[in-house]
Amino acid sequence: MRYISNTPAQQTEMLRTVGAGGIEDLLSPIPPKARLSRPLNLSAALAETDLVRHMRQLAARNAHADDFTCFLGGGVYDHYIPSPINHLISRGEFFTAYTPYQPEASQGTLRTIYEYQTMIAELTAMEVANASLYDGASSLAEAAVMAHTPTEGREQLVISRGVNPLSRQVVATYAEGPALRVKEVPLGDGATDLAALQKAVSGKTAAVIVQSPNFFGCLEDVQAASEIAHQAGALLVVATDPVSLGLLAPPGALGADIVVGEGQGLGVPLSYGGPNLGVFATRTDLVRRMPGRLVGATVDRNGRRGFVLTLQTREQHIRREKATSNICTNVALCALMATIYMALMGKRGLRKVGELALAKAHYAAEALTRIPGVRLRFSAPFFKEFVLQLPKSPERVVRRLAKERILAGIPLKPFDRSLKDCLLVAVTEKRTRQEIDAYVQALSQVVA
Amino acid sequence: MHGYDTLIFELSSPGRRGYSLPAPDVPTSDPAEILPAKHLRAAPPELPEVSELDAVRHYSRLSQLNYGVDTHFYPLGSCTMKYNPKINEDMARLPGFARLHPLVAEANAQGALQLMWELGQDLAEIAGLDAVSLQPAAGAQGELAGVLMIRAYHLARGERRTKVLVPDSAHGTNPASTAIAGYRVVQLKSDSEGGVDLLDLERHLDEDVAALMITVPNTLGLFEPRVLEITELCHDKGAQVYMDGANLNAILGIARPGDLGFDVCHFNLHKTFTTPHGGGGPGAGPVGVKAHLEPFLPVPVVTRREDGFELDWKRPQSIGKLQAFWGNFGMLVRAYTYIRTMGPDGLRAVADNAILNANYLMKRLEPYYDLPHPGPCMHECVFSARRQKKLGVTAMDVAKRLLDLGFYAPSTYFPLVVEEALMIEPTETESKETLDAFCEAMIQIAREAESDPRVIHDAPRTTPVRRLDQTLAARQPNLRWTPPRG
Repeated sequence: MRYISNTPAQQTEMLRTVGAGGIEDLLSPIPPKARLSRPLNLSAALAETDLVRHMRQLAARNAHADDFTCFLGGGVYDHYIPSPINHLISRGEFFTAYTPYQPEASQGTLRTIYEYQTMIAELTAMEVANASLYDGASSLAEAAVMAHTPTEGREQLVISRGVNPLSRQVVATYAEGPALRVKEVPLGDGATDLAALQKAVSGKTAAVIVQSPNFFGCLEDVQAASEIAHQAGALLVVATDPVSLGLLAPPGALGADIVVGEGQGLGVPLSYGGPNLGVFATRTDLVRRMPGRLVGATVDRNGRRGFVLTLQTREQHIRREKATSNICTNVALCALMATIYMALMGKRGLRKVGELALAKAHYAAEALTRIPGVRLRFSAPFFKEFVLQLPKSPERVVRRLAKERILAGIPLKPFDRSLKDCLLVAVTEKRTRQEIDAYVQALSQVVA
Repeated sequence: MHGYDTLIFELSSPGRRGYSLPAPDVPTSDPAEILPAKHLRAAPPELPEVSELDAVRHYSRLSQLNYGVDTHFYPLGSCTMKYNPKINEDMARLPGFARLHPLVAEANAQGALQLMWELGQDLAEIAGLDAVSLQPAAGAQGELAGVLMIRAYHLARGERRTKVLVPDSAHGTNPASTAIAGYRVVQLKSDSEGGVDLLDLERHLDEDVAALMITVPNTLGLFEPRVLEITELCHDKGAQVYMDGANLNAILGIARPGDLGFDVCHFNLHKTFTTPHGGGGPGAGPVGVKAHLEPFLPVPVVTRREDGFELDWKRPQSIGKLQAFWGNFGMLVRAYTYIRTMGPDGLRAVADNAILNANYLMKRLEPYYDLPHPGPCMHECVFSARRQKKLGVTAMDVAKRLLDLGFYAPSTYFPLVVEEALMIEPTETESKETLDAFCEAMIQIAREAESDPRVIHDAPRTTPVRRLDQTLAARQPNLRWTPPRG
């Protein structure tokens, strides 16, 4: 048992110190009727080499993005992850610490979070960002619940159907407790129907929620949504892809009150969808309603700069049932990945990522739609992801292309039945012209 | 003392770069030719411009300002800061796991789905429950899922119950999760032994109570002696019973929540099952239930069919989704690796040794600090520094002095029912030598409190910074860096 340090001789010695004849004596507070009378029915322990063999066998049955060319998106993407990130986050001092309750012995974590908050605020053009929430979807749900209070208890959420349907499901779950009603607004040609949005919003609306780039890759008119929301006294919540913000106009400059996003693209591995990184930023005047941890700068007793968890009276360990959120453990290590990513990419690198993804996605869209019968479903401007309408079943196309080691995209039928002939395709800066051309070639054979 | 006091922004130099991106290989277009100008960013974000070495050295040096389990004993009570095995990390980084997209066709993710299904089965066996959802991202989200399932269960039976009972010794997430799920929280008193006060429970237990939420062993490190009576009392009134599984490490293979009568229990994989704490996450908070609650599990549920594994979405009574995808899969791989490494005997030895270590600490420190609830304890013990406080030394002071003596601090001021609480959880992975060294430090502090409290009030002196001004941080929030003027 290599993870238990004490030898049998030490255990005996310790039992003697405690005054117990055996471990059983220490279990006396547990009523006999409450005891499990048999060993747990689990597989026997495996030695490390056997375990590794078993794990490799499991891993080998997954079509991963090193062996397959990945055109999948829908919220998480195969972006470039600079090598230093994994090395740095693996340092035990970061990896095996916990929430920095003792700031004097946690300045490393606290400083990286302060840097992260600064970078996210910059990127989104908002005044303040928190230390992270679980993922983009739960961040959106927290934003929706948060909007309820500063709007004096308004109970309606107006949400665009351009918002990732998986996130919308999470919003619905979180809306259950405070009994918020969710009203959905349809899309026009790939982007939110603004006339319908205008009609849906009223004096009961706590928040208008849009996503840009939206689930279908299209860019929304965030400014227009902001005007509609604010005229009604509602908050505007914008879900975004932080990776896009090196190139695209930040929601903070377009009138957003709360900006959330899935930060996975900022250096976090795909990992079958988790852990991800919930980005959350807002205005200073809303900070006391904000969920999650916040790190602030202060000084020590010698006047030296230092960092602490602050404004904790919002949080569950102080405020209990009156807290702004129940969140405790968040995703600090994923925030660290994003911090190192943004440090390495810097001011210009992130813009280059955006430019490359934009150019490659448009090259791919153009080449794919030259195939007879294949067309773009929407004509609204898009960033790195777009919807193809196919003359053959998207499910069948995906199966056939997987045989060529291409992950062709996400069939949209499970998300929206009216898009049952459609495929959502994402192209990141990592895709090469050769890979895109191979995709075009393979698809043209399948649909011919 | 480390003198490093630099932020990455202060290392920035215009034109320096730390990234490597390919040259464009498609007919490049100016973004302005592809997108309308209103969609483009006017000025670049003020991110730092540093070289790769700048970044590597900066973050390496920042890491050195931290204490972690790899470098220090970390007796943070209730957090189960045990060793995080390195093999777990290697397994989570296998490309078949780390590089797998969540929306690949299920036929192309059979290994991942099998791992999740098996982990769900294992956790159900460990907890004596019937079904498990791996989706919750952390313990608090597991609680929310659990309470929402209880709510859906009552509603499906046509009952609109409005209250949830939570003892005053509970983790703050319990009342917070309950309130977010739409319930009124009613706080129960602890009795003089730190357990649930049965009289107070009976007084509050009526047909309007949806659930009782308790932690076993409780936050005082004690096993609830009347747990069987408590769960039965609740069931008699039609209430469900939720177990906060934060302290599950103490009872692995010894007792199971399901056998104790609990209907729901969440697991903190980052506590009991060795996934790293990461400076504050990511964790994972799977939630297990008895069969009557299974229809309400979050979607999708990983299911085994004759020809393989799938994600089952057709569950009309489900509470819905908690995060976008299927759970913190990377953490699930680590927990699975750990369970397979340990086997049933290994997990039982974990509980035995966690209990032995905690009792050993308790016995050695008992002469020097007040012990409001004498043991034997389970996996942790809660002392009070009230004796030291009379000498002007608080629990916080003890914590700060420990940092100087080379240890991270216990949890302080929690649970709230103990004055000047010092909550110590050694875990099974620590050796007697480490525990002895920690005890010597605690004894030294107790003596200093009597002879030389100044050295305690001055602490910490060896850390990168001295005691920090929390009031200033809260009164004048400075939550982001801004470039110096001029």
